[in-house]
Order: sequence, then C-alpha cells, then structure tokens
Amino acid sequence: MNKQDQPLIFEMSTPGRIGFSLPELDVPEMETEELIPEQFIRKEEPDLPEVSELQLMRHYTALSKRNHGVDSGFYPLGSCTMKYNPKINEDVARYPGFAFIHPLQEEDQVQGAMEMMYNLQENLAYITGMDEVTLQPAAGAHGEWTGLMMIRAFHEANGDFNRTKVIVPDSAHGTNPASATVAGFESVTVKSHEDGLVDLEDLKRVVDENTAALMLTNPNTLGLFEEHIVEMAKIVHEAGGKLYYDGANMNAIMGFARPGDMGFDVVHLNLHKTFTGPHGGGGPGSGPVGVKADLIPYLPKPVLVKKDDKFHFDYDRPQSIGRVKPFYGNFGINVRAYTYIRTMGPEGLKQVSENAVLNANYMMRRLQDAFVLPYQQHCKHEFVISGKKQKKLGVRTLDMAKRILDFGYHPPTIYFPLNVEECMMIEPTETESKETLDEFCDVLIQIAKEAEENPEIVQEAPHTTVVSRLDETTAARKPILRYQKEQ
Amino acid sequence: MKHRYLPMTEQDRKEMLETIGINSTEELFADIPESVRFKGELNVEKQLFEPELIKYMSSLANKNDNMLENVSFLGAGVYDHAIPSVVDHVIRRSEFYTAYTPYQPEISQGELQAIFEFQTMICELTGMEVANSSMYDGPTALAEAGLLSAGQTRKNKILVSKAVHPESRAVIQTYAKGQHLEVVEIDAEGGKTNLEALEQAMDEETACVMVQYPNFFGQIEDLDKVEKIAHSQKSMFVVSANPLSLGLLTPPGQFGADIVVGDAQPFGIPAQFGGPHCGYFAVTKKLMRKVPGRLVGQTTDEEGRRGFVLTLQAREQHIRRDKATSNICSNQALNALASSVAMSALGKTGVKVMAKQNLTKAHYASNEFKKAGLELVYEGPFFNEFVVRLAKPVKEVNQNLISKGIIGGYNLGRNYPELENCMLIAVTEQRTKAEIDTLVAELGGAQ
Repeated sequence: MNKQDQPLIFEMSTPGRIGFSLPELDVPEMETEELIPEQFIRKEEPDLPEVSELQLMRHYTALSKRNHGVDSGFYPLGSCTMKYNPKINEDVARYPGFAFIHPLQEEDQVQGAMEMMYNLQENLAYITGMDEVTLQPAAGAHGEWTGLMMIRAFHEANGDFNRTKVIVPDSAHGTNPASATVAGFESVTVKSHEDGLVDLEDLKRVVDENTAALMLTNPNTLGLFEEHIVEMAKIVHEAGGKLYYDGANMNAIMGFARPGDMGFDVVHLNLHKTFTGPHGGGGPGSGPVGVKADLIPYLPKPVLVKKDDKFHFDYDRPQSIGRVKPFYGNFGINVRAYTYIRTMGPEGLKQVSENAVLNANYMMRRLQDAFVLPYQQHCKHEFVISGKKQKKLGVRTLDMAKRILDFGYHPPTIYFPLNVEECMMIEPTETESKETLDEFCDVLIQIAKEAEENPEIVQEAPHTTVVSRLDETTAARKPILRYQKEQ
Repeated sequence: MKHRYLPMTEQDRKEMLETIGINSTEELFADIPESVRFKGELNVEKQLFEPELIKYMSSLANKNDNMLENVSFLGAGVYDHAIPSVVDHVIRRSEFYTAYTPYQPEISQGELQAIFEFQTMICELTGMEVANSSMYDGPTALAEAGLLSAGQTRKNKILVSKAVHPESRAVIQTYAKGQHLEVVEIDAEGGKTNLEALEQAMDEETACVMVQYPNFFGQIEDLDKVEKIAHSQKSMFVVSANPLSLGLLTPPGQFGADIVVGDAQPFGIPAQFGGPHCGYFAVTKKLMRKVPGRLVGQTTDEEGRRGFVLTLQAREQHIRRDKATSNICSNQALNALASSVAMSALGKTGVKVMAKQNLTKAHYASNEFKKAGLELVYEGPFFNEFVVRLAKPVKEVNQNLISKGIIGGYNLGRNYPELENCMLIAVTEQRTKAEIDTLVAELGGAQ
C-alpha cells in the first residue's frame, strides 16, 4: 500500500482554479448591495478548496483506496451485518422517478413512491409479525427512541405515569440505554446468566409496576437465541410493561421466527443491515418501526394509508407521538431495501438466515480450539470468542485485530459485548463463500500461533496499512477537528 | 433455491454440517421454542429476477412526476440545485459506500479524512469552530441543538420562531417531550420572528432561542437583534442555516451563534422524496465536548505520519451508554461525502457564484410577479424564496401547473391559516428566465 500522506484537499488548492460549470446568468445582473442590507453580506469568503475536476476526482479516488469496504474484502464486524450490497439497488435508487422527486409535491404526483413505501411496510410487517410499520425513523437508534416514545404515549394514555424504567440486558447495544435516556426513561440493567442468556431470576427481580418496557435483541449480541423468550414476555406483560425488539440481529431468524409471535410489541429494523442498505461509511441508514395493534394510534405522523387504490398521508392522528423526522424517512434507503426484498422473495429471505447461521456455526467450530469459546451451544448468525488465552501471553485482542488488517480483512467487533473478556464478535453473513470463511479462519489460527511463537509481530501490527497505530490519546486530549491554514 | 447473492453449494453445506457435527441446519434452530417457530412461507411479495425487477421498479418510478422532466419551483427546505457529475462518481466508489463507521482507523483513513474535510468546510461556511461528521437531517439536528442547550444551561424552555420550518418545529416538539422540555413558539410578523414577542417570552428558564436563516418564508432574520435577546438571559443562540446561502450571507458564527445546524442537501444531494439528506451540526469551541454524534480528529501514527481517528468518543452511546450526549449511532456519512465533493467542486468561487445566481433569479422572479400585479406577501430582504398571494387555492393552481410540466410552490395554508392561498416559491440557479416568465404568466393568469 502507498504509505505516502494524502494531502488534504485544502492543501491542493490553487487560487483561480475551478471545478464547477454553471450557465451564465440569463436574467439582468443586480447588485447584492441593493438586495441585502450591508450587515448581512458576507465579507470574507469561506475558504473552500479551489481545484480542477480531475484533481478532485484523483483526490477522492486516492482516499477511497485508503478505505476498506465489503467490496474490498471480508468484513465480519459483529452485529453490523456487513453483507454484500447489491448493485441493482444502487441503480434503482437513482431512477429519476425516485431520486428527483420532492417530498412536498402534491400526492397525486408521487403515487409510485407512495406505493413502493406501502409495499415495503407490508412486507416488513409480515417478516416481523407486526400489525403496522412506519418508515419514518432514520436509523436504528432513531427507531429505538421512536418505539420508546410510543410505549410512553401508550402508558400515559392509560393514565399510567409512573412507568419510568426501561430494562436493558448487560449485553445490549449501547444505543438501547442511550435511547431510553433520550426518551425520558431511566434504564435498569438486567444481568446475563452464565449461559449467556438473560437471567430470568434477575429479570423477575427488576420488573415491577414502574417498568415501561424491556428492550431485547434476539438473538442477543452473543449470537444466542433467548430461548426463554415466552416466559420473559409473560413476566414483562404481567407487570404491565411492553416488549421492545432491537432488530439489529434480524438476519438470523427471517422465516424461522417472528418477533411479533414471540410476544414483542414494538420492533425496529436496520434496513442498512439485514436489508442491504448499504452502510455508507457510517450512514445513511433507515430504521422502520413495527407495532402491534394497540400501539397503532401512537405511530409518528403522517401515516401512509391506502384508500380506493390511491395512497394518502394521514395527518389526522390525534394520539400520534408527532413527527420524529421531516417528511417520510430515508426514502432512498427504503427503495434499496424494497428492491432487495423483491430480489429474494419469501423463500430467499429464509435461506438468507439459514445460510447466515450455518456460516457462523461453521466458523465458530473451526475457531473453538485456537481461542476460548465462552458459550458452547450453537449460535445464530454471529458468535463471540475470547482472546484471554492469548492475553496471558501478552497479546491482547486489540493486537490480534490489528494483525488481521495485515491480511486484507476487516477485523471483527472487539471488546463488545461488555460481558465477555477480550471479546471478538464475528458475523460472517450469508453472502460470503466457504472459501473466504476458511481463509479467514486459517488467518486467525495462524495469529493465535504467532501469539505463542512470535508475539511481537502481533503486538506491533499492523505492518502493511497506510498508517500504523494512531495516537488516539493525543487526539482526544488536544483535539484538532478541522484544517487550519498555516499562517 | 440458487441465488446470485448466496454462494453456498450443496457440497459446502455438507462439509460445514460435518465440521459442526450435525446432520441438518434444523438443529441450529432447535433453541427457538416450538410455540414461536414460524411455520410455512412468509407472506412477502414473490421473488423477481433481475430483468423483471428492473421493469417493475422502473414502472413504479415512472408513476411519479420528477424534477428532471418537470420544472420545479418547490423548495421549503428541499431544493433543486445543480449536482456536479463527479459527486455520484465519488460516492459510487464502493470502498466508500460498502464500508461502515471507521472503527479501525488504519484501514479507514479515506473515510476519516473525507469527514475531517467535511467538518472543515462546514466550519468555514458557518463561521463556527467545531463541526461534527453529520446528523440525520437539518430538523433532527435542530432538535438535538435544543437538547444540548437544555443540558448545557440546565434550563428547560426552548423558544422557537414560527418562521422556522413547520416540520422542524414538529420534530422539536417530539424530542422535547422525551426530555420533559417546554417548547414555546414565537409568532412571526411580516415574515420574520416578532422580536417583541421573543423578548417577552424570554425568562430565566429559557435554554435557547431558535431561528432559521433564511427563514421558512425565505426572509433574512435580523440575527444581530436575536442574538442580543438570546444572550440577555444567558440562553443559547441557535441558528438553522441553509449552507448555500452562506456563500453570500454573513455566517451565523459572526453574529455570535452558539450552535449552527442545517441540512447540506443543497450541496450534491438529490431530493429523493425527502431523504436521506444530511444534517450538519456546528458549535463554538466551548461546546465541543457536548456535541452529539461522531467527530474526526487529526493525530499521528507511530512513525509520525499524519492520520485521522474518531475522537472524543467519551460523549457517545457505545462508551457512555445511558449517560451519552445523544443516542445517535449511524449518521449520514455517505451524504456528507457527497456534499464535500459538491462543495469542493464549487470551491471558494463557485459557492458564491451559485448563491448569487439564486439571489438574482429569485429577485428577478419576484419583480416579475409584482409587475404582473401579484401581491408579494413580505417585503423584507430574502435569499431564494418568497411568498406570493394567489386568487385561488394553491392546490388547485398546482394541479393546473403540473399539466404544463411545472411543479408549483409550497401551499403555506397547510401550516399557516392566515396564509390561505399563499404560495412559497423557490427560484434556484436551475431555473431559466424563460421558465420563470412562464410561471409568472401562468400565475398572473390565475388572478
């Protein structure tokens, strides 16, 4: 790899160069001073780069080469479902009839867009076993907060103002407790049992008349199915609470089980995960929320309805929690997800989950001797292994993750979930071939061997990347968050 | 079934089952209790093969009246601007769009550097010291600014001008409810925030004052006066700004704004029915550690080479969990990249030229409307949007316009009863003189 520093685009800037093409003004010139009061006219120009189009393209091409995506190589980042992003999705989302329509056009001008949304909602409702779906939330965390706000509205409508607590397992995604806080709840942690599942006794202990909801990922972040789910649902429901399903791990169970049938009242999905979003370097995502019938009145407005074969946005929803986002959600991502669902069909979606689970279990068994496998049972779409054997040799999981970079792979999620020491969380997804899984397992086994025989090579990794390990401490202590021209 | 996204062969399956030591994948799902097992086939729509799917999705797309084949005068927060061709070529590079959040900086330097550049460009445009890597959109960024203000000032009242986008205000109401904050809407008068009403509403409990610049009606708010009022009670001064307008207008940072937010959609992001767009969030240095979302910082590697990392992560949900400054995780990174490319293509000169064309064409249009005898509802200075009063309902007028290939302006009566029959018209650099003249003739004729 090229280890040369790639200049910032500001450093390539040369006064007088342009990268744009706008037609000449075809209306009479007017002086800005005649149109805008003096104090509102900008005096100093923003220091944006001045580059030609080729310079610009080369700059971003160089940056792209310094980035690893699913198309570059295996990306087994646990809980993120880094599966293949189909190219047809990208094409369809760019059709002028989808990309160049305005959200405030009259409804009869955008019936095709509304039909797509309606169909997607219906499909997602079937997949999750819920009664109605909103596409408004922008991402998973946004969906969590939306769902919790609806649960709050439900309790309050029943005159129940003391339900201030949301229960979250210790293995949960960080967004769960954070979303609970933003929705105005206090989060309470329920412990995991030593088998990796929620401790039922502890759940009974923390559930009470103040419980608004239990948030759960199933399978959980250890990749294990919460097999006591029916009992858990009963405990929470009998106390008057609601069950919230974090759909980040939906890739494991499509066609095998539905959150709605397990007793969940609210579900969010991450369309950029299970439904091939793509991830975009961190977003945009899309986080639809599905609900059971008793929560329908609280859905964010507007609600998309179908009447006499025409689609309509219904704003007359007196019990709605209101808007969570302008317009109708991340439509462009929803187009991609719908395209994907139609590419797979019902049988295909089930096979997605079946293959994802088989791939994960295969890898887990291939790696169980070289590392510590904290949970022996079959996993779902992902699993965790612990590097505590290697830690005794002075090689941390972080070191092994960095060593993985030298082989052209993205490492697994590390140090999460928090309840497994020196954790590595691996999610292969169904779109990877057995050859790739084997090659990756071989590399991990080799690294485990290196930890015993030649630990320095692991401790000092990575060796082949464009930069070596970066000084994150100084970055946080003396933050440089923007480019400043040298004086 | 065989599928092009699913590489597993029968032979693979056999070998994998053998390694696991089971006979069938059914055993891997045995932990799902029988009572909740889903039996039968999912009731989702049937599979389409690629050529069929292209036809079907095209047919849905073609049912919509798009802004390439029609002439759009619709704005109200989402604009039809020229998008340089390079933008899509960059964001279609799959090293960018198939990556996730840059958790492993050594193999994510491209994305991290691109975000660092985006942060810099937003700082330049807004006149602020710190900008984050993006938010979902302008309205949720504004709502988060309200939460930040309440946390920082330990006060619980948000004052928001009614000249702020109605959908932004709706989003703020929802976010505020979660945090038990009170939202007070300040009347607009003559198309701008009523400063007397604002002054009267100010009290010790005011966490922040929010205005939009240019505001929902296109008018340029008196930020200097709003600033004085906001800071009179040590409240935060929050401005939602259209970043393109800042190519020409004095940046809010120079008026003493504490938080500046907005949506970068005017730079390189298609309307796509309202999302995904790209919120931005900029603050003074004092608020740096309170910012929601990801921040990229510059640092060095072990050999002293410059590099970039996600930083100040102690603010964020994956570290701080329930104590995080926000629950945001996924953001709009790819759209921030699109905006960066568009801002780089425009550059220092282009952003000003484009902003000036918007200003000039919108004023040409408003003058022509006046000449045609239509009433301009507001008289104050504006950027690229203005309000015209029509003799007929806007909906009816728009139905007529679309039959002539014109997407008309926004029906303000939807949100402001006093503005029945009033249309908010956006004129960007995309509109030609001939298109403007046609609209004026059509609306003049509707008198």
